[in-house]
Amino acid sequence: MEKTSLRLKTGLAEMLKGGVIMDVTDAEQARIAEKAGAVAVMALERVPSDIRKEGGVARMASIRKIREIMETVSIPVMAKCRIGHFVEARILEALSVDYIDESEVLTPADEQHHVDKHAFSVPFVCGARNLGEALRRIAEGAAMIRTKGEAGTGDVVHAVRHIRDIHREMRELTILGEDELYTRAKELAAPYELVRMVARDGRLPVPNFSAGGIATPADAALVMQLGAEAVFVGSGIFKSEDPAARAAAIVKAATHFRDPKVLLEVCEDLGEPMRGVNAAALPLEAQLQTRGW
Amino acid sequence: MWPAFQGLSITAEPFCLSSRVKLMVIGILAIQGDFAAHGAMLTSLGLKQAEAGSAPGGEGDFWVLVRHARQLRELDGLILPGGESTAMLRLMDDEFFNELREFGRQKPCFGTCAGAILMATKVTHPEQRSLGLLQAAIVRNAYGRQIDSSIRNTALRLPGSAAGESALETVFIRAPQFRQLGDAVEVLARDGELPVLIRQGHLLAATFHPELTSDARVHRLFLDLVRERAGKGLSGTANSDHT
Repeated sequence: MEKTSLRLKTGLAEMLKGGVIMDVTDAEQARIAEKAGAVAVMALERVPSDIRKEGGVARMASIRKIREIMETVSIPVMAKCRIGHFVEARILEALSVDYIDESEVLTPADEQHHVDKHAFSVPFVCGARNLGEALRRIAEGAAMIRTKGEAGTGDVVHAVRHIRDIHREMRELTILGEDELYTRAKELAAPYELVRMVARDGRLPVPNFSAGGIATPADAALVMQLGAEAVFVGSGIFKSEDPAARAAAIVKAATHFRDPKVLLEVCEDLGEPMRGVNAAALPLEAQLQTRGW
Repeated sequence: MWPAFQGLSITAEPFCLSSRVKLMVIGILAIQGDFAAHGAMLTSLGLKQAEAGSAPGGEGDFWVLVRHARQLRELDGLILPGGESTAMLRLMDDEFFNELREFGRQKPCFGTCAGAILMATKVTHPEQRSLGLLQAAIVRNAYGRQIDSSIRNTALRLPGSAAGESALETVFIRAPQFRQLGDAVEVLARDGELPVLIRQGHLLAATFHPELTSDARVHRLFLDLVRERAGKGLSGTANSDHT
């Protein structure tokens, strides 16, 4: 009997496809998310926009809070650990969360190394801005990739850039000759075997989701049309005027992402979205997406 | 050629397909979950994907992604995929729910994991509504959390197959368990004592994910059920192993 294979880990991600994973900070929000049709919740201490505003060191959420959320909902519960913080990851695994997000939203614990995710039974999701980064994370054992976007801004532009870049780089690989893949692997700073796999299949060997700045049903449908297989929504829901209505609308948009009639319907009477910040105005040192190596 | 420039040069008329024989259309409920994996499995069995909203033309069998109640009318059978059953229920309005139940009473359905939960009569852990098609109760997340998920090998005895058939690789992901099976339910595979693949007339349900393996036997069995039900007889190469 297999208990830790990558196939089992990506299997859960397969089940989340076409769905919305929502950031929640307490049991009440988790209940709202589940009722709205979330396929999973991400338990955290503060949503990214608050982390951005308040500063300080952002760490793994309190165990009491994660446990409370796990006891409240029947859908999978994910939690974040800091980049490279394999002990936070071990603690989350011992707690039996369903997925760990080794996330750039938290303050990194290691400036060179990520967690060796093969060493865990629990599956991991990691952020990526481009194909090289995605394949490095997969090499380390990530069972799901999400775009980083720019978390906590409510500005979808970086999520769009990242998903376009990843897809373009994958398409480019499919037209290279066998003998050109070695150098391309070097340029991508990614393992040759994985580069070759993508060149053959035209897609990542693990599910490819989108995150970072998605705040409206239209944003969700946009990244889905660009190739995301599911979406993460962070601050976008519980920083908006009517979280329950917005959550349900984004869920519906992720299912009917190619159907403008349904999208029009779900965009009516939504209340105000999160105010957000223009990601282009953020100085480099304020960007979370540059964390990760 | 760019569509905007069509008509500026002469192109051949598309081949007329309407008079050709259409054998079978299988729908895959695609409101959430691993519907694409089921599609890939059906493709590997020789079915072609038809675009939603356009009547499939041409020879052979088709599969189509189903997101609206109105699509059910065109189908000979329906697959309810794995995913999150709570999310699927939330995405179905009453009309969709009722039409789905009506469809399942008459036409073949195959549910895997969340799909089996939707088809059951009573759902617990926690309680939620269901289509009430299968004479079975089902317990959600009965093995525990993701860390308790596993890939096992399960003895299988499909109808019409020879004894000593090789074991089936069964992928259990936050899987449910069947309870209180009715008299009309036949158990096709057990993992230890637990029934994991059941059949009730034209309905088939698994607590695991055959769509996540390369073993097509369970899907083939479902296609046989659909052909049988549609009265179109067994044909094609898809079931050659069972004749």
